[in-house]
Amino acid sequence: MIAIVDYGAGNMNSVKKAFDYLGADVVVTDQARTLTAADKIVLPGVGHFSSLRALQSTGLRDALLQAASAGKPLLGICLGMQWLFDGSEECGEVAGAGIFSGKCRQFPSSVKSPHVGWNSLTVQEGSRLLRGVAQDSFVYYTHSFHAPALAAASAMSEYGLQFAAAVEQYNIFGVQFHPEKSGDVGLAILKNFCEV
Amino acid sequence: MLTKRIIACLDVDGGRVVKGVRFKELRDAGDPAECATAHARSGADEIVLLDIAATSGHRRTLLDVVRGTARSLFVPFTVGGGIRQLEDAAAVFDAGADKIAINSAAVRDPTLIGKIAGRFGSQAVVVAIDARKVNGGFEVYTAGGRVATGRDAIRWAREVAICGAGEILLTSMDRDGTQSGFDCQLVRAVAEAVSIPVIASGGAGSALDFIKVFREGRADAALAASIFHFGIENIAQLKRELHHASVPVRWPC
Repeated sequence: MIAIVDYGAGNMNSVKKAFDYLGADVVVTDQARTLTAADKIVLPGVGHFSSLRALQSTGLRDALLQAASAGKPLLGICLGMQWLFDGSEECGEVAGAGIFSGKCRQFPSSVKSPHVGWNSLTVQEGSRLLRGVAQDSFVYYTHSFHAPALAAASAMSEYGLQFAAAVEQYNIFGVQFHPEKSGDVGLAILKNFCEV
Repeated sequence: MLTKRIIACLDVDGGRVVKGVRFKELRDAGDPAECATAHARSGADEIVLLDIAATSGHRRTLLDVVRGTARSLFVPFTVGGGIRQLEDAAAVFDAGADKIAINSAAVRDPTLIGKIAGRFGSQAVVVAIDARKVNGGFEVYTAGGRVATGRDAIRWAREVAICGAGEILLTSMDRDGTQSGFDCQLVRAVAEAVSIPVIASGGAGSALDFIKVFREGRADAALAASIFHFGIENIAQLKRELHHASVPVRWPC
């Protein structure tokens, strides 16, 4: 069973709908014990980094960290991927999980912000999440802050600078874009997550 | 590279897709869910569904249409028309929309933009601006183009961006449904005034019109309805032409 974490931010329904379409056994939950019982976890999210504060107060943060260290596959989407890092300039007082090091930052002033629309991926070889995704495939983004470029990036995109489009390390996966809104490419990525 | 978006718009009335010329003379163009899926399959980067009747009696029908359309659509989906308060927006999000578009209600109460953005994020709030050329400037109209507001469109665009809008859907009422080309002057003026993306609408007739609105109008996205419904031009063909003209688009997709 795949658990989608509901912490009151963003549209979990569209993520659930995509997994439903793929025939996955999926539930949306705000209960820590459901995360403990799940085989895999998806942390979605759109909007402001401060909304991740809700994870702390509900005990979901501890459940997520435990699942992550126990080797359970965890996929962070958009804000959910940013949570995997140390934190974000968007809201200094809310800590990320610190699984990947570095802070999420705003795009340079040379480009319009937010970054909205379909951008291409430069895919690194060997990614399990992006298996079968062709080089320069397009995915849909909507965000104002981005994760740093780092060795764990399994794909990069360019918007005023190079940033991590996807990260991957053992059982932990993150995508800055929205696979649930990225057409067939996005569905293929979610299917890969079902199968890791 | 970030690409220019091609957005297919479905004007919906009583559960059916319709299209008019200058907001009048409506023609039936099919089932919303079928149209949306067909457009997405042929390469639409996004789907916008506008409830043009937007009367209270139609509200439940609309939510059913949104639910049915969202079910098998995996590209961004915006719904507009008749959203007057936060609860209306919440119902539309709950039915499966990724973004809502507001127009008249935002003019009446600009704080509504921030209220919806505060709960669902700025990325989910599109403010639609219908503008008409008046005395060398551009005036904002509401209520489906029936009410002149006396507001300057460029100043209003700046204001909605400050209030928390994530995108602006800018329709030239002079060009809407005419297929005589986008109003590049209007689009460029707004695109240069705000840092949020601007979707150009009204007047799409040919691939050249899209090339012009991206180059001269500096639009981030362009929306069209009528040309995509009656087989005049499909999106795949349009994208191929844009690609060959070196406009960055999601192609092949």
